[in-house]
Amino acid sequence: MKPEATTQSDSQPLTLDNIPIGMWAHVLNVVGNGLNAMRLMEMGLVPGAPVSVVRSAPLGDPIQIRIRDYHLALRRGEARMISVILAD
Amino acid sequence: MSAQPLTTLSSPHTAGDKHQYTVAVAGNPNAGKTTLFNALTGLRQKVANYPGVTVETKSGVWALDEQSSAVVVDLPGLYSLNATSIDEQIARDVLLGRESSNTRKLPNPDVILLVVDATNLSRNLYLTTQVIESGAPVVVALTMFDLAQRSGMDIDVELLSAELGAPVVPVVARKRSGLDVLAKTVASVARSGRARHQVNVVSEKRDSEEFREILVNRYRHIEEITRKTFHRGNRAQVDLTSRIDSIVTHKVFGPVVLIAVMLLVFQTIFSWANLPMSLIENVFSQLSSFVRATLPPGLFTDLLADGVIAGVGGVLVFLPQILLLFFFISMLEDSGYMARAAFLIDRLMRGLGLDGKAFLPLLSSFACAVPGIMATRTIENRKDRFATMMVAPFMSCSARLPVYTLMIAACFSRQRVFGFLSLGVLIILTMYTLGIVVAIAVAWVLKRTILNAPAPPFVMELPIYRVPNFTNVAQTMFTSAGLFVKRAGTVILAISILLWALTAFPRAGANIAPAQQVSDSFAGRAGRFIEPAIKPLGFDWKIGIGLITSFAARETIVSTLNVVYNVGDEGQGSSSLVDTMLRAKRPDGTPVWTPLVAVSLMVFFVLACQCMSTLAIVRRETNSWRWPLFMVSYMLVLAYVASLLTFQGGKLLGFS
Repeated sequence: MKPEATTQSDSQPLTLDNIPIGMWAHVLNVVGNGLNAMRLMEMGLVPGAPVSVVRSAPLGDPIQIRIRDYHLALRRGEARMISVILAD
Repeated sequence: MSAQPLTTLSSPHTAGDKHQYTVAVAGNPNAGKTTLFNALTGLRQKVANYPGVTVETKSGVWALDEQSSAVVVDLPGLYSLNATSIDEQIARDVLLGRESSNTRKLPNPDVILLVVDATNLSRNLYLTTQVIESGAPVVVALTMFDLAQRSGMDIDVELLSAELGAPVVPVVARKRSGLDVLAKTVASVARSGRARHQVNVVSEKRDSEEFREILVNRYRHIEEITRKTFHRGNRAQVDLTSRIDSIVTHKVFGPVVLIAVMLLVFQTIFSWANLPMSLIENVFSQLSSFVRATLPPGLFTDLLADGVIAGVGGVLVFLPQILLLFFFISMLEDSGYMARAAFLIDRLMRGLGLDGKAFLPLLSSFACAVPGIMATRTIENRKDRFATMMVAPFMSCSARLPVYTLMIAACFSRQRVFGFLSLGVLIILTMYTLGIVVAIAVAWVLKRTILNAPAPPFVMELPIYRVPNFTNVAQTMFTSAGLFVKRAGTVILAISILLWALTAFPRAGANIAPAQQVSDSFAGRAGRFIEPAIKPLGFDWKIGIGLITSFAARETIVSTLNVVYNVGDEGQGSSSLVDTMLRAKRPDGTPVWTPLVAVSLMVFFVLACQCMSTLAIVRRETNSWRWPLFMVSYMLVLAYVASLLTFQGGKLLGFS
């Protein structure tokens, strides 16, 4: 699944559903409709928080991520709401 | 009627000469809330329903010290005071001391015991700081403290307590350590009688910028607290979890493990549960014979033997399956594997419009829909849970097998396809498939109509693996069994006595053959009455009686046919029943039982909710008669239409 087209086509913003497995990133922002975005943020995915994708389920969806001190499963649709920047 | 009023929880503030407080236990899911609650209250717990909703709370008594005790109420788990589900709303209303239709009957807690997982501090502190800021009298129980220490984490408890502004007590609920200190702390906070000053911490406009800002600031505040009080170690325990995860959620081994686990569960409730089940059935049929032999023949003896004893046996016979299934469910939940199973299978189940956690309830329903429907309580989303309940009875349960077997023995015996496949096996497989296909279709429709809702975010914590706690497992098993007997059992017993009365009245008189009695009874009359309606399906009035009596349990149609065909006691084996059935003729001289009639009847049994126990458990789980009535009606319509199409279509195609 392709990330939604954006205006800044040269630097495609990374979202949590398309970063390489095992790599650490920082949350930039959580976009999207109120309830889902708020729940994701309440689970600890606030701007600045370190996050990494651990694996995806055998059927490709959902994905398992590591945030704060725990593991969380979320669907790619929700992961796409979370824009991230890779950590150095 | 069945919901135990919650007023029983709000016992007077003095029990005997002791002071009794109310303590509400709250916390994130997986924080060890249940283990702590069980450790505090022991096995003597009450379960209460909130009026009108399907949420249940458990309560128990905790002896704090010589002078006081507490009624402890276990609230549903929640991540935030921003409730997204009805369970969370109830917990939130109690925590904020809000009056609502759901909590009106709950006493305002004297102390809120917040359960915080020491290994997952920062996310757990989100709810904690929300509740503390609301002004509620809070005591924090820092659970899994041993695990945190073992993985090298270091938590400065005193500083944490000072930063939070609430007493913090480290506990290891499994080893009962720290519980004395916890009791003293709770008692002293309760005695201080700190007045709650209500602060509205949570903006109800959830998508507002303001709320976003509050949320981000809260996490910033939490990060400050953890920076001062918490030092991360080498994370040994979490590493063990990662190692287990790399196998059980592996692309290849993951599904293999999942299938093996599910097969074990299925094998146990489908096959191994049969031993205790037939034991129960035998005991009750012996008891029934004993009553017949001892008491003088008559109405009372009949009522006792065929109505009451058979009815009680019909309730208790479910217990082995329920106990075994809930043994597995609580093992899977408590160990942390259940979340992984849902993770693996979510994509597949979502394709069917259901939650990943719907898989186990549906699989269990192939053994019996009653434990299957009880198992849906692992599904957090209410609408997904109801959709799963509504389609669970389409899974061909073990009670349908005797019906399929009889039909095949009567009409398809020893026929083969391609020389080696038994036609009977092929037909049974078709019936199983029919049930699954219809379940998928109905779930699809339900999720787009009456159970339509914006999809809640699928954010599911994958907790660390733990050795299942014996007390938790035992508690879950016996609570579910007890609730089944108390709440569903009474309905099952009442309906089975009613069904007995339908075949026993009006009395045909003494020395009348059982077949004649049934034929003249209300059930017999009803069978004749519905004959015009079921004739287009290929059924005569005798089959009609079977359709009515099999509402007790599907396999009852076999014994009913035995009676209406007057097979008699000596030859209750199916072979003599089959012979009698095959000799049966319609008024026009054509045989009653043809392959097409058999298929039509099987289709009817796949789709109709011929099972009062299923309806009783749906009534109990949804806390309303609306859902079971909806279920029985729509399934009957589906069954009727499908049987009609089968029989009439079959005739058009030249089958007989």
